[in-house]
Amino acid sequence: MSWSLLFFLLVGAVSLAAALGVVTSRQPVHSALFLLTNFATLAVLYITLDAQFLAAAQVIVYAGGIVILILFVIMLIGGDTNDFSAAQRAWSRTVGMALGIILLLVISYSALSRMMAPSEDTAALLQGGTPEAVGIELFTKYILPFELVALLLLVALIGALVLGRQQEGASEGIPSVKANE
Amino acid sequence: MVPLSWYLMLAAFLFSCGLYGALARRNAIAMLMGIELMLNAANINLVAFWRHGVGPMEDLTGQAFAVLIIGLAAAEAAVGLALIIAVYRERRTIDVDELDLLSG
Repeated sequence: MSWSLLFFLLVGAVSLAAALGVVTSRQPVHSALFLLTNFATLAVLYITLDAQFLAAAQVIVYAGGIVILILFVIMLIGGDTNDFSAAQRAWSRTVGMALGIILLLVISYSALSRMMAPSEDTAALLQGGTPEAVGIELFTKYILPFELVALLLLVALIGALVLGRQQEGASEGIPSVKANE
Repeated sequence: MVPLSWYLMLAAFLFSCGLYGALARRNAIAMLMGIELMLNAANINLVAFWRHGVGPMEDLTGQAFAVLIIGLAAAEAAVGLALIIAVYRERRTIDVDELDLLSG
């Protein structure tokens, strides 16, 4: 079994477990965090499929935008709060710090090794879904769907503003049932 | 090279998870998350078929549509969450079983 197959199995297993976590966990916040994990693994899978721009867009739009929006709404609405105990919080802080240090080490290692031995053919290795290629495709062949999506985003923006706006005469704050109740 | 069928199986599983979430969960936000899972499964299929398809690698149709679907998903999430907030403000709940104003 080759390394790419093994890597796919590993990432795919994490992705499947995260998807199961999204639909089975009782806490909406846990569901949202599992969703974040799932989106991150999908970005990795896009890279294995030579779709680099799509991987970046996946992280920026889904992980950076949509999941944060979902988390905001979950916390705004509240629901059942789940306060961690002090012991749990210390434990999660240690794990978070360790993961952050590992990430820092991995990024510095890859950046430094690139600096030590710069390879000439990096551009040649990057084939397929570079931002340039995807941009040319979108702005020439698929300009009409692209503009339609832009229009849709504008309509969604206005619609979300109208729907989320505080009603006239309602009291302060988001959770306000009708003023006459 | 990972075979195409593995990607398709993964996408099918993710889609099934999303479908279950969208149909079975009673929390409106959890339903929305299930829909996002389904959209992502469709995206995996598009990119996998682009990578393993018979067309030339320079023809990026699969990726172009995947980017468009990401845009659609962002619009869907914004409107869906705004709807959830509006419903919560009126009814004090986002349990979809209790939102039966339109049922006969």
